[in-house]
This record gives sequence, C-alpha cells and structure tokens, in this order.
Amino acid sequence: MSRRKPFLVALAGVALFAAACTSDKPATTANQAAPSAAASSSATASSAAGTGEQSKFFVQADYDAQLAMRAKTAQGPADKPWEQAIDPQMVSTSEYKKSGGGYHLCFSNAAVNNPWRQVGWKSMQAEVALHKEITKFTALDAEGKDDKQISDIAELTGKGCDALIVSPNTTATLTPAVKAACGKLPVIVFDRGVETDCPVTFINPIGGYAFGADGAEFLVEKVPAGGKVLALRILPGVDVLETRWSAAKATFDKSQLQVVGVEFTDGDAAKTKSIVSDYLARHGKLDGVWMDAGATAVAAIEAFEDAGVPVPAVVGEDQQDFLQKWKQNNLTAVAPTYPTYQWRTPVIAALKILKGEEVPKTWKLPQPKITAENLDTYLQPNMPPLHYALCGCESLPGFPETWGGKK
Amino acid sequence: MNDNLRDAPSPENTAPAPGSVAPSSGSPVSRETSAGDSGRGLSSSSASPVSPKARGRLAGMNLGSTQVVYLALLATIVVGWILVAIDGGDLLTLETVVGVQQRSAALGIVAVGQTLAILAGSLDLSVAYLISLSSLVAAEIMAAGSVPGAVTAVIAVSVLVGLVNGVVITKLKVHAFIATLGVALIIKGVVDHLYDGPAGRVPESFQHLGYDRIGPVPVSALLWAAVAGAAWFLLTRTRYGYRVYAVGGDPDVARLSGVRTDRVVIVTHVLCSLCAGIAGLLLASRLGAGAPTVGTDGGYDLESIAAVVLGGTALAGGRGGVAGTVGGVLLLAVLDSVFNQLEVNSFFKDVVRGVVIVVAVAVYARRAGRKRP
Amino acid sequence: MKRALPIFAVLAALLVAIAVANPFFLEPAGFLAFVKRAAPLVILAAGQYFVIISGEFDLSVGSLVTVEVVVAARLIDGDEAATWPVLALVIVIGLLVGLVNGAVTTLLRVPSFITTLGMMLVLSGAVFLWTGGAPRGALSQAFRVFGRDTLWSTLILLAVGVAAVLIMRANFGRTLVATGDNERAAALSGVRVTRARILAFVISGLAAAVAGILLGGFAGVSAQVGQGLEFSAITAVVLGGVVLGGGRGSVVAAMAGALTLEALFTLLNLYGISGALEFTVQGVIIIAAVAAGAVRLPFSLTPRKGDAHVAS
Repeated sequence: MSRRKPFLVALAGVALFAAACTSDKPATTANQAAPSAAASSSATASSAAGTGEQSKFFVQADYDAQLAMRAKTAQGPADKPWEQAIDPQMVSTSEYKKSGGGYHLCFSNAAVNNPWRQVGWKSMQAEVALHKEITKFTALDAEGKDDKQISDIAELTGKGCDALIVSPNTTATLTPAVKAACGKLPVIVFDRGVETDCPVTFINPIGGYAFGADGAEFLVEKVPAGGKVLALRILPGVDVLETRWSAAKATFDKSQLQVVGVEFTDGDAAKTKSIVSDYLARHGKLDGVWMDAGATAVAAIEAFEDAGVPVPAVVGEDQQDFLQKWKQNNLTAVAPTYPTYQWRTPVIAALKILKGEEVPKTWKLPQPKITAENLDTYLQPNMPPLHYALCGCESLPGFPETWGGKK
Repeated sequence: MNDNLRDAPSPENTAPAPGSVAPSSGSPVSRETSAGDSGRGLSSSSASPVSPKARGRLAGMNLGSTQVVYLALLATIVVGWILVAIDGGDLLTLETVVGVQQRSAALGIVAVGQTLAILAGSLDLSVAYLISLSSLVAAEIMAAGSVPGAVTAVIAVSVLVGLVNGVVITKLKVHAFIATLGVALIIKGVVDHLYDGPAGRVPESFQHLGYDRIGPVPVSALLWAAVAGAAWFLLTRTRYGYRVYAVGGDPDVARLSGVRTDRVVIVTHVLCSLCAGIAGLLLASRLGAGAPTVGTDGGYDLESIAAVVLGGTALAGGRGGVAGTVGGVLLLAVLDSVFNQLEVNSFFKDVVRGVVIVVAVAVYARRAGRKRP
Repeated sequence: MKRALPIFAVLAALLVAIAVANPFFLEPAGFLAFVKRAAPLVILAAGQYFVIISGEFDLSVGSLVTVEVVVAARLIDGDEAATWPVLALVIVIGLLVGLVNGAVTTLLRVPSFITTLGMMLVLSGAVFLWTGGAPRGALSQAFRVFGRDTLWSTLILLAVGVAAVLIMRANFGRTLVATGDNERAAALSGVRVTRARILAFVISGLAAAVAGILLGGFAGVSAQVGQGLEFSAITAVVLGGVVLGGGRGSVVAAMAGALTLEALFTLLNLYGISGALEFTVQGVIIIAAVAAGAVRLPFSLTPRKGDAHVAS
C-alpha cells in the first residue's frame, strides 16, 4: 500500500520536528494518573437492591466528606450564600496583588447550551457589571468542545488578562491547558474541577454525593419498606452525575427499598415519559422516582398523571416548572440543588485575589435542598419554567427581565 | 447540574447526509466541468494517466472555485480585522494566529479525508465516532507504554473501519449516507459500552504533537499540511487521484472505461478513515487522554462536510479539490476567531455559519451554471 | 409494493416479540400508548418520504420541531386564549421553512443536503438567539392535548396517513415519483420539476410542524425535543425500502419503517439490551435491512417503469 506512505512520512517528519521547538505545553508533567476518580475506586458491596455495580467514579473518602459537610454551617454573610464557604483553608494571594483597579478579567466557558448554564452565565455577567474596578471582561464560549476550550484558554492567556476564570468542559482533558495557564496568571476554576491544584482557588458547591444522597434519603424516609423505586439518570460517564448516582446507590443499598430499574433518559423529556410509562405498565405501580437532575422531573410526573395513578414520592431539582407542579399538586417531593449562584463567586474571588486578599483554596459553597417547608421561598411564579431558583440573582440589576422573568 | 446535558447526544452530532443528489448536476450533460473532462479522457484512452492538457484544464477549473474560497478568506480576515479593531482588539496577534491553526488542525485533517470521499461521489458520516474511538485506542495503548504500538493500532482500526464503509457501500450497495450512518452507530455503541468517560493516558513525549510550535506554526498545523499535501499529491499526480475524479464524475462512464470503481471507492474510504484516525491521534495528544465524546462534541462529521463544500468541492462528486477544502476550513476557523474576539453569542454564530455555507454553495452553483455551453 | 413487503413482515415480527415480552401491549390501552409514542416519528417519516422520493433530503426537520415547540411555548406563555392563533402560526412557520428549503434547493441549485444543513444551523441558532439560550414560557393545556391525549394523537396520525396516501395517488404523487426517478425525462415530458420539489419540501415542513405540536404536547417544552429526529426520520424512510436518490418506494412502507424503528427501540428496551450496545444493534439492522433491499434489485440503471406507479 504505497499510498499510505505519505502519511507515515508526514508523521515521521513531524516527530523529528518535535524535538526542538517552542511548546505551549506546561513544563511539568501533564498527566499524573487520573488521581481520585478511576484509580482509587473502592468496590463497595453491591446490588442487594437491584442497583447494579458501584460506579468506578465512587471515592469513599470524598463521599464521607461531602455527606459530613451537609451538616456544617458555612462561614460568610448570611444573606449571600455565594460568598459563603464551608471549612475554608485560606491561602495567601499577595503574589497576585495588583493595586489601582482597571482589572481585565477573562473567562473560558465550557458552554452555554442548557438552561442551567444560561441562568448561571447571566448571573456572572450581572456580577461583573456590579464592580466598577473591572474595566474589561473577555469571555470565550467553547461550545462544549474540549479542543476548542484548550485553544480558548491558550488564546486568553495571551490577551493581557489579570485573572482567568475557567469552567472546564471535562475534568481530565482540560487539565494540561489549565496547568499551562497557571504559570502565567492567577486561575480560578469553578463547577467541574481539574486534576491539578495549580489554580488559586476551586469553587463549587458541596457536590454530587450530597446531591444524590439528599434525594435518596428522602425516598428512604417517605417510601414504605419494600416499595418500588425507579432511578432515572441522564447518561453515564459524567463525573458529576456518576457521584450523584453512586451516593444514591449507597443509600438505597442500605435501605429496604427495591430499585426496580436504573434507566438513562439522555435528559430528554419524551424519553423520560416513555420510560416511566413502560415501568408503570410492567410493575403496575411505582412508589418513588429518583433522578440525578431535575430537568425531566415534570415529564416523569406527567407519566403518572396520564396513566391515571397518583404521583408517588419524587426527587427533582430547583427548576421552576417542577416547583410549580409540586405546589399545584401538593406532591411528596424534594429538590436537591446544584446552585447556579456559584457563577457569581469566581468574579468575587478574582477581585479578592487581585486585591491580595486571602481566598479559600477549595471554596465549598453551601448546597441547600428545597423541601415542603421552604418551597414557597423558592417558588417564583413570575420566572420562566426552566429558571433555576437558586440563582442568587434576585438582588442583581436587571432582575427579573434579564433572566426571562416578568416584573 | 443539568449542566451535563451537554453530553447528551445532539442532533448535529448524530450525523447527516449525503451528497449524491445534487440537483444542479443531476444530468450528465450539465456536468461539463473537470469531471467531464476526465471522463472523456478516460473513455478514449482507457485507464491511462490524464493527458497534460486535460490535467491543465482540470487544475484551471479547480483554481476557479479555490480562488473564490481564498478571496473570501482574505476578505473575512480584512473585514474581521477591521471589526475587531473597531471593537478595540487586534485580530492578528500571535495567540490568535496560533489559535486559528490549533483550532482548525483536527477539523482540517478530517476534512481532507472527507474531500476524498466526496470527490469519489460518496461521503462519510462515521468520522466523528471514529475520531473518538481512535483517541481512546491511542491513549489506552500509550498508557500501556507503547507510542508506536498506539499509532499502529489506530491506523489498523481506521483502515478496518474504512474497509467496512467501502465494502458495505460498494458490495452491499448501501447508500453511503445509510452505510456510514450505520457504521457510526455501531462504533458509538461499542465506545459507549466500553467507556463512560475519558480514559488512557498520553505520555508527555507524544503531547508535543498537540502543543509544540515552531515560531507561529504549531506542529499540529504542520501535520495537517502534510496530510493535505499527501492528498493533493494523490489526487493530482497519481492514477488513483485521476480515477477518484472519474468515479465521482460519472461512475458508469468510469466503469465502462475500465476503472474498477468499487476498488477506488473502497480505497477512498480507507484513506478517509485514516485521516479521521490521524485526527484522533492529534486530539488525544491535545487532551492528554482519550475521550469518548471528543469527535461528536466537535461535530466533525457535519463540520467536515460543510468545510468541504465551502471549499468548492461539489457534493455530487467529481469536482473540487484539497486546496479548496483547506481554504474552507481556514475560513470557518477565521470566522470563529473573529466571533471569539467580538464575543459573539454562539447561537448567532450558528445562524451565520448556516447562511455562509448555503450562500457559498449557491455561488458555486451559479458559477458552474454559467460555464454551461 | 413488492419492495415494501419485507418491512411489514419485520414490523409484524417485532410487534409479536413485544407482545410476548409485555402482554400489556395486547390491550388497547397498551397498544395505543405505543401508537401515541410513535405518531410524531411516523408523521415526520411521511413528510421526509415526499422529499426523498423526489430525490432530495430534508435535514432541517429536527431543528424545525424544536423551533416550533420553543416558539409556541414563548408565544403562548401559559395563556389558553393564545392557543389557536399560535397553532396557526406554527403551521405557517413549517410551511415557510419548507418553502425556503425548496426554493433554495431548486432555484439556487444548492444541493438539498447543504440547504437543509444550513437551515438546521440557522433555525436552531435563531430560535435560541430569540429566547436567550433556553426555552421560555409554557404551553397551554389546549395546545398539549393533541400530543398528550391518546385519542387525539391517534386521530391525527390516521389523518396524516390517509392524506399522504391520497396525495401519492393523485397526479402530484406521480409527478413527484417521476421527478425523483429521472429528472430530465420528467421535465421533458412536461412535469414541472421545480414546483413538484418545492411542494415536497413544503409538505415536509408541514409534517415537522404537526410532529412538533404532538411532541410538545406529549412531553412539554424542552430544548432537545427535536434532537436527532432528522436522522431517525430518514432512517425510517429508508427502512421502509424507499431508495435514497428518489423515484422508488411507497409512503405506507415509509410510515411502516417509522413504526418498525419505534418498535425496535421499545423491544430493545424491554429486553434490556445494554443501553449502549443498543446503538450497535440499530446500526447493524439498518445496514442489513438496506443491503437486503438493495441486493435483491437488479443493478440496471434504466428506471423501471412500473416503479413510478407503485407509490402508494
């Protein structure tokens, strides 16, 4: 096959070049073994309750830490959860101090392709507008593409930014790019993490284990022993979602509940509705529905309504359509949250860093859950159905119109 | 964290469609462009190489649409530079120039392969999933310690996938759209079954491929240039290339002139898949790991086809070339970069991209139409 | 019609297999639930059929479905009184998009693959540009009843099916088949090829609008409601034995192809084939089905006269 030769020659040529030239790659090694996740997964006892194998993403220590964190009180202003931190270990940032204001902040965003990111992104922009000392804010949207985000980060580090905020698209694959940026300017990472501690601070709420456990514990409490529970997941392989499910699995395995199915919905309402209908047809009755994200909660509830059976205990999230349905139908429900107010925090952190103030190395934000008691606080009939209640945006200029709400 | 919905299969990623149905060039009569020439050449002198005269005309025709692409590229750079300057920025900094190349290298390599497939009157919707698979194969074997082994394995996997595509299309007579869509689904199933997240590890030595640069030129762009150069050589200087144009121009005429059309199509698909495999290697080196969604997130199936037609290659086959495709990819990348600089909303970008692609092809169709005798 | 026979056999076999695995399927309620779920795809496949039989593709139907649902939700915004005007608007949007697709493809001579790919990008970009990235508002109960109520969706599906068959039996149907079969021959024999193709795209747009109404009704507002539907629809049509490139195949078989695809999904779910491998199975089946259809055909390139008249 002589035709393939040119390619091989090309490859070989490139390999020769590679020895002596400029590199935009971080000097330190770019790949330690993926630390937490895959490596140290512990095979916990599995599957008494039909929940299958434990996820390889499951890390017992992180799980324990997150579950303990739920009971702790966060430090910081009581009415501003986005400025609070749980168990902060402060680090000095004096090396990044830049007096005189006139800051240029840069932001590499993974994507704005779903309502959660939309709400957060609007909150971040509003937060930036609050601070006069930020004279320029440059944001690039990677449109969900790892490769584009790597280029975006490289491009931003050359734009004279004073600090770089990164919301990584994928944990493992963005690590080299973030490392490269760390050498040039202070980096703040939020939402998903990276596998390096070079960023000045990493901001996110308590995390997926707490989210998953909040919902599962609610079902264990509300559904009688032996009751049938259906677990709905969006898709496998996303670390945040895997931690949610693995925590729920751990909870269910310890309980008397019977998990009759674990299904993937792709986050698609129609598919969710079909799956729930199928399970209803097969089992006659379901006593609880757990899900790893609330976007399809209403579709699941409607499947029960359309089948003419009462809606059982259900887990959702802080989206308004779910909260409204909950209120209207007086459901037995709970809504763990992954608050969108975390989009405000990186901007605040960046300013602290540039002013040389201490910030927590790992900035853990509180992660409240919505229950029947506090439902009314979060229900906002003037907001659009896909708005997330925990946006922390009520006091920001432009609320509610900017977030799609009505005055 | 509905945040993760991003990973849900998106429609653009799932794979679109085929090209053999271009209405404008539906009748053999209207196809008097390069393909027509080569077709006629073939029938007179069976499978002998193109006469210098015919090749000259062929090149001249290609230059036509290629010129248009590069003029459009130049115009985009100038207009973009002005717009960015008005906005208070500078489009032509080192970072953006490097960024444009880095961003376009992987797509560029895939698009070169896609050009071959489309020229031969076929198309390949399986490239996106093959890229994901290649990145995983590469990173897994590299994690086990062997870089040459990984490259060999990726080449083997790509060749295999290309063979399957080609054989299903030619021997089972399945339309390329359905054949490659089916193969895409098969690969997707296997990848999703075996992997649920990034896996494997790429050693630092191999990451030079993705991150190093010589002055303002990244190694990845050199790789792209090498692939494009090789494809250009194949298409314009070898008998194979000449047959690709013949088969894409009119398979029946080609067959009657003694070209083994099936074999040409199969080889073309092997080469196309090989390009996707190389892109997978490049992406693995960029990401430092293999990722099951890197190909589909990048939308390499649809975007590569869009880049090819933007570069003036006719979707019906037989007309166009690699140079145009390179221009098309660069045009998309520069547009992206300008949008980036101006921080244009990504939804607006989609609208502009959609319009640009349709308008470009409409312009080519008009030009082709005017040349009609 | 001969070509279409295998698909009905496959469909019957799948339905029997489903019934074995899930006896509830045999009860009217169970079967109608299946029909309701399949209705949007069947309607899309019917629309796609007209485009494919005329020798073209329509890749924009998935994003058109999303656009219809998102537009309807924002304009209705929970207001029951707005239902009927918005329904009318949704239909008009579908017709318009089809008209643009058809006009660009025929008059500007852009291959339909590119036209509708561009339209896909434009539509999905434009609608979220308008709503600020995520859907807003809510559908009214009156709007949702069409997709949520089993009786309504079954009736709509039946109406669409009958209409599709009638269209293909009319002169226009023959015109369309002739166009897809051999454009030049059709044009020479006095067929208005351009008009026929534009109308085919308009029908596809209309079908997408109807499917959007049903899907929005079935599951409510969602940004991904139309995702990937263009491929499912094309796959369904091809499964039904309709030839890509035009000129051969029947609309009933195309709709049966959609039902088959839906039945296949249901069956794979029922038997709990590992979620991921489901795609592999699907890929193999699609290739095998098309290969089986293609290999039986003589490879002659001269159009077979009879085919032009079996289009229903």
